[in-house]
This record gives sequence, structure tokens and C-alpha cells, in this order.
Amino acid sequence: MANFTLRVNGETKTVSVEPDAPLLYVLRNDLELNGPKFGCGLAQCGACTVLVDGKPTRSCVTPVSTAAKARITTIEGLGTVDRLHPLQRAFIDEQACQCGFCGNGMVMSAKALLDRNPRPSDRQIKQTLNGHLCRCASHNRIVRAVQRAAAALRAEGRS
Amino acid sequence: MNRRDFLKASGGLVIGFTLAPRLALGQDRLPGSLNANRMLDAWLRIEPNGTVTIFTGKIELGQGIGTALSQIAADELDVNLQRIDIVHGDTARTPNEGQTAGSLSVEQSGTALRFACAEGRDMLVSAAAAKLGVPATDLRVSDGTVSAPGGATVTYWDLARDTDFKREATAKVKPKPPAEHKWVGKSIARRDIPKKFTGGAAYVQDVRLPNMVFGRVVRPPSPGAQLLSVDEAAARRLPGVVAVVRDGNFLAVAAEREEQAIRAREALTRSARWKEAASLPPTGEALYQRLMSSPAPGETVVEKTSPVAEARVKTLEALYTRPYQSHGSIGPSCAVAHWQNGKLTVWTHSQGVFPLRADLAKVFGLNPQDIRCIHAEGAGCYGHNGADDVALDAALVARATGGRPVKLQWMRDDEFMWAPYGSAMAIKLSGGVDGQGNVVSWSHEVWSHPHSTRPGSSAGVNLLAARHLAQAFQPVLPADVPQPAGGAARNAIPLYDFPNVKVVKHYIAEAPLRTSALRTLGGYANVFALESFIDELALVAGADPVELRLRHLKDARARAVIEAAAQRAGWQPGLLGDGTRGRGFAFAKYKNLACHCAIVADVEVDRKTGRVSVTRVVAAVDAGQIVNPDGVINQIEGGIIQSASWTLMESVRFDRTRVTTRSWSDYPILRFTDVPEVEVLLLNQPAERFLGVGEGAQGPTAAAIANGIANATGKRLRALPFTAERVKQALA
Ligand code: FES
Ligand code: FES
Repeated sequence: MANFTLRVNGETKTVSVEPDAPLLYVLRNDLELNGPKFGCGLAQCGACTVLVDGKPTRSCVTPVSTAAKARITTIEGLGTVDRLHPLQRAFIDEQACQCGFCGNGMVMSAKALLDRNPRPSDRQIKQTLNGHLCRCASHNRIVRAVQRAAAALRAEGRS
Repeated sequence: MNRRDFLKASGGLVIGFTLAPRLALGQDRLPGSLNANRMLDAWLRIEPNGTVTIFTGKIELGQGIGTALSQIAADELDVNLQRIDIVHGDTARTPNEGQTAGSLSVEQSGTALRFACAEGRDMLVSAAAAKLGVPATDLRVSDGTVSAPGGATVTYWDLARDTDFKREATAKVKPKPPAEHKWVGKSIARRDIPKKFTGGAAYVQDVRLPNMVFGRVVRPPSPGAQLLSVDEAAARRLPGVVAVVRDGNFLAVAAEREEQAIRAREALTRSARWKEAASLPPTGEALYQRLMSSPAPGETVVEKTSPVAEARVKTLEALYTRPYQSHGSIGPSCAVAHWQNGKLTVWTHSQGVFPLRADLAKVFGLNPQDIRCIHAEGAGCYGHNGADDVALDAALVARATGGRPVKLQWMRDDEFMWAPYGSAMAIKLSGGVDGQGNVVSWSHEVWSHPHSTRPGSSAGVNLLAARHLAQAFQPVLPADVPQPAGGAARNAIPLYDFPNVKVVKHYIAEAPLRTSALRTLGGYANVFALESFIDELALVAGADPVELRLRHLKDARARAVIEAAAQRAGWQPGLLGDGTRGRGFAFAKYKNLACHCAIVADVEVDRKTGRVSVTRVVAAVDAGQIVNPDGVINQIEGGIIQSASWTLMESVRFDRTRVTTRSWSDYPILRFTDVPEVEVLLLNQPAERFLGVGEGAQGPTAAAIANGIANATGKRLRALPFTAERVKQALA
């Protein structure tokens, strides 16, 4: 066990874990963040995605030691029920899920996309999210939600 | 959810409701689930704080049932939707409505709530009449406030204390006509969604109890494998390990930290020695040959004969097959179990908390009353996945942790290898067409394993670990789901009016791989076969597929969806594909008694690679009265795209000993860039009863794709899935 200081959603937290413990379990179990989900543990589904220094990262295969110096953002860091981020609002407005288990990863990867491309085409959104699996098949709504969020962010002048 | 909230929501607080008296002989039949849960207070409670709590045995699984039921209750009670709280599936608090399955939730629970709330409103208004000294007929209700013509008012919340819902429902108060609905029929935003996109505690995976440890199972490498030896001691010495549980062939571990439990699982997997046997069937065509040569006798499901006048009948025969397919939930199954003083509490995403409790009680030799199963959502399950099994796993491990609660989650390979599959099926169709191009004879013969091996049957235990224990509990070979809904023969009876029809099923109860309910049960494969074959006959008859269907169809609602879909898609009779692009049509009335759905699918076939893309799908749906239109569209869209994935890509892999589908790389599913555009047309029928839609589109989608490929290329594909390899072969 070793101590790691993590910067998560703007706060600094210290955890005592093995250096190779996957970041996902530290976020979920030590920091009690529900956003990132365990889906496969194999970097195949995207449910566990968080942003590490702004880059979508599969926390299920990311050792905590490699994320220790970075800025980590989870979906909790985007907004809350009372102060929704435009992406969260757009997913709610489009009712872009059934079970919603994939939603965390979709939102986080979309966030990174919109940060670098405020006006993506449907095709670009689909390509960006192609590594994310949705079994309930909410794909089309998810693409619409990302477009809606992009428009909202542009209108706000946030991107 | 933080710890305190969870304890508040579950453990500490004991809330009782009156148990339904047994249905006595001569008792009136009550509508929906009210019949088996007859007390009003089992369904609703007016809270003094200005809210209403409704109780349902049906659980949320991403289909939006909580929102739909709230809409129904709000309308009947005349309260704003925001006032309604809902409690789902909790053996200590809600009615027992069996399983949440078969697209029946709105029909069963919605109907019960509608009548219970209508009656509740009537009682409240009578109480108000007495209090205000005004005849009930002169009173008006708005958001729970009852007003008299003179302006005097009293609220439900004032009346709650003196209104006793502890009595049997009569269902004598007529629910409102659709024209008076304020909430039903509107696309109300689902109440479960905001927390799912903000990191709220939305799932069983988010349940955290004080002092909780993490569990993992070590499953056998193959069905029937026997555990010979394992180095338990070495696993116990690993950091954080709290318990190693070995009981017969059941092996599991609990640790302080989740990653430690996973490490220990890996160590146990490495050191375990198993005795395995080759118990699995061959793959490929041989799988279906094996299925069809099973000794299960043919059972006639329906037979109708009438003389065929003409001798010049052209006949055709074809065999359609469907492989084992996986539910493939995105989140592997998970449960939290906690033993206290010999009593067990389980948080579970089971689709039936009462049936699960019954099976857990058998395994632990407890009274069902000593077990409480509380529903918490999981990832979408699409039928009977590992939800129930993992609850037993967690409970078994939690017996060894000295009273500490255990959260046990399956790993990806546990889910792919051990959750039940949708059964492999073979379907032989034959039929004849007369000189006028009419279908004059039709025969459908289906071979299938079980489609429902859920927990809660009267004998045996249908939980995976139970069969691995030293004192094993075996599942009892289940009977097929009876007609008219049917399991193996679901949707095998054509809705079309053919003069000669014979449907035969071979139900093979013993399955080499564990099978159970996957959305539609046998309906997906039967509709795929039936609706493909009618296109094959249309070709023989020289008829347009849509026209031939309509020619043999009397059901007005069926005709209406077919016409609506064809019209919206711009169906052109007789139009042939151009070798790569084509269009297919298909229709079904789910279970022959629920929602009607017609599908037009546009496909594109890459002749070089054999890759099929479904580019656009138009659906027309009649689901009776629609409670939440956007919710219905969402489910139909999901059903179409999921079915496209089953149809183009999915089959479980195995060799003669082991299942070899372990991860998503062994079981590819449709991704964003492969997903068709989908347009859904709803034909609302406000005067008709509610019909579920979760399973309405899957069968027709498969057939529409097959018909589209045939239309594009002239090649008929009859073996699911239509992988690039298969299509390429067919085109060669
Ligand atoms: S859980 Fe990390 S990619 Fe699936
Ligand atoms: S909404 Fe269920 S997996 Fe995407």
C-alpha cells in the first residue's frame, strides 16, 4: 500500500492503496463516486470512462499510480441535478438512455469531443463514441443529445 | 445514496401493509394485478406531508415503468405528477406481482393502480363531502384539493387520517375516460434519468453499507465441471482477503477492497483443478441437426384444415435457425447481501423479488419472511440474466464474513459464460400457393429448449450456485410457457388467415447450455421464420409481400399498422433491389395478443465483404392506449436496433467442453457507426387497453432485414446471424 494524492473534480484526496489498483475502484469505492461504472474491466465497453487531463480514459485499466499527478474529472464534476452541465441537460432532454448504464462513458467522451470540436458532424460523434457499447440501443438519441449539447454550448459561448 | 439514506430507505424502517386475503371461491375477479393483491393500501397511501406513495411489484429496468405508473396514478387521483412517490419491488413493502416480464407491466400493474387510485379518489371525495356538508357530486378536485361550490376546501392530506384504505378493492369506481387525462398520453420525462447522468445512486452497484466487503465468484471452467483441488490457504494469505468460501463446486472470495477480491479470484482460478467433461453440442449446422433429432415428441399447437380446391398447388419448404444468444448486459450482474441474526437482506436487480426470495428460502432453509429482497436497478437485462444468480452468490459469501455485508459483482466472463442464454432454435416451414397466388397451406414446426427457467417455480431451485453446492439443489425441468402467449411456440401461429395451418412444437426441456427468457422468448425466431417464409411464398406467388400479407389478414389493427408503415416508408409494390440495396417488410402482433408492429428495413449489402448494413428502419406500432409516447418510441427504437444486432452479429461461441465467449471481443454487438436511422409511428388507440412494447419490434426487425437482403441480392438467408462471412458465402 502507498499513499496517492488525487485531484478529482477540483478537490484533492489522498488514498492508501496498491499502486496498481485500477483507478475505477478508487473512484467508486474510496471516493464514493457513482458515475464511472464497471462494465468489463477490459477496456472494451467504455462504461468506466473519466477524463484524465481532459483525455477520455478507461479507468478500469488505469493504475491509480499513473493518474496521481493528473487532473481527473468524473461526471459528478460536470454538474449536479440542480446545476446541470449542458451535456447532462441534453441527455436528459433527449431521454437518451434506457437503463443508462453506458451513459457515464458517453457523456465523458462527448465532453472531450466537444472541448476540441464544438461543431461535430453526426459522423464524427458516432466515430468518437464507437468504442462505447450501449446494449439498450439508445445510440440515435445519444447522438442527438451530443448535438443538442454542442448547440447549447455554442449558444452559451462556452466553446 | 449515502449510508444514512440507504438505511432509512431500507433496513431500519419497518412499514407494513395488509397482506391480501387469499382469493376465495366466488370472489369477484379484479382487474390486472389487483386480483392477486386485493387491498387498497397495498397500492397507495396518502402521506400527511402532501405526497402520495404508490407501490408496485414491477421494477424499473430502464423501460420507464415508474414514470408511466405515476402518470396513471396522478390522473386517477387528480394530483400533480410531482406529488407521486413510487416504491418498486420490495418483499417487505410492495404487492407481489411475480416477474417484471413479458411487456406486461403497464397492463398488469398500471391497470391495478388505475382502479385502486380511482377508488381511492372516490373515498377521499366522499370523506370530503361529509366534512364539507356538500354532496360528493358537487365537489371538484384539483391537485389533491377538494373544493365545494361555495369555496370551502379540504385537501387529501387533511382527509388522509380519516380515510381507511385498509380494505379490499371493489373496482366498482370507473376510471376516467381518456379525454379527461392530464398526464396519461403525454411524453413525460422519465424520473429515473437525471440521477443517472449526474452520478446519483441509481443502481445496485451504488449501494454502500457500513463495513461492507467485496465479493467475487470463481466459477467452474465449464458446465458440470467438478472442483478437485484449490489452494484456499494461499488465497487467504493475500492482502485484504476476508473469506474464501468453498462448498462443493462453489468457490468464492470476499476482501476488504474490490481489487483485492479480484486478485484473490485470479489466484483461486490459477490454483483450482477441475474435472471437466465434454457436455456441449456441436456447433454450426450440426447444432440444429442435433436439436431436431432430439426425442422430444411433436406437440400440435394448432391445426386447422379445409379442403383445397385446386390441384395445382406449388409447395415450398425451408429451415430457419437461430443460435444461442446472450443478454449481454453492459453492467455484469451484482447484488448486496447482509445477514443479521439469521435473517437475510438482499439488494438485487432481479426482475422478481418475491420469486427470488422463495428460491433463496429453499437454499438457506429459511422462512421466506426471514428474507427481504429489495429491488435496486441494474444495467438493462433484457430478460433473465445473472441478476438472481448473483443474489445467491452474495448471500452465500455473506454467511462467511461475520455479519459484514457483501457486495458481489460478476466479472465480464462470469456474465457471458454463466448467465442464461436465449435458446438455440430450429424452425421448419412449409407451405403451398395456389394458381391465384393465395397461400392455401402453412406448416410451422419448431424445436427449442426452455425460454423460462426463472426462480420461483414450485419445486427445485433455479439459482446457479445452488446446483454447485455440496448439498446441491437441482432445478426442476421446466414446462414450456403455455399458449396463448407461449414460449417455444410464441408467435408461431400465423395471424394470417390461411385455410390449412398446422403448428407443431418440440420442446426439449433438457438443455446442454442453460437457457431462459431473452426478450420475446421464442417470438424472435418464430417471427423471423414466419415472416421470412411469407416473403418466400410471395416470390412463388408472384405477389408483392405487403399485398400478400394484407390479402390474408382480417384483423383491422394489424392491417392499419402494415398500411401505415408501408405508406410512411414509401413502399413500392414489386420494386426489386439493385444487387446491393434492398428493402424488406415484416409484421407481427406480439404473442398474437399484444402490440402490433410493422417494420420496413432498408439494407445495403457489400458484395465483396458480405457486410450487411441496415441503413434505415420505419416502424408502425399500435400498443393500445399509450401512457407515455416518447417512452414507447424509446423502447421500440431500442428493440429494433438490438434486434438488428442479434440478427447481424450475435451468437454464443463454445467448443465441446467450454463456452468460449468470454468478452466483448468474442461477442461483438452493433456499434454507433452501424446503427440504422429509425423512425417510429405510433397509432394511438385511447379506447383500447394498454399493451406493452418492450418486445414488439424484435421479431419483425429480423425478418425485415432478411427480406431486405433477399430483395437486394436475390439470396435468402435462413441461418441467424447474418455475419459478413455467411453473407459472402451465400453470394458466392
Ligand atoms: S469497464 Fe472499462 S472499458 Fe469496460
Ligand atoms: S442505455 Fe442501457 S446500455 Fe446504454
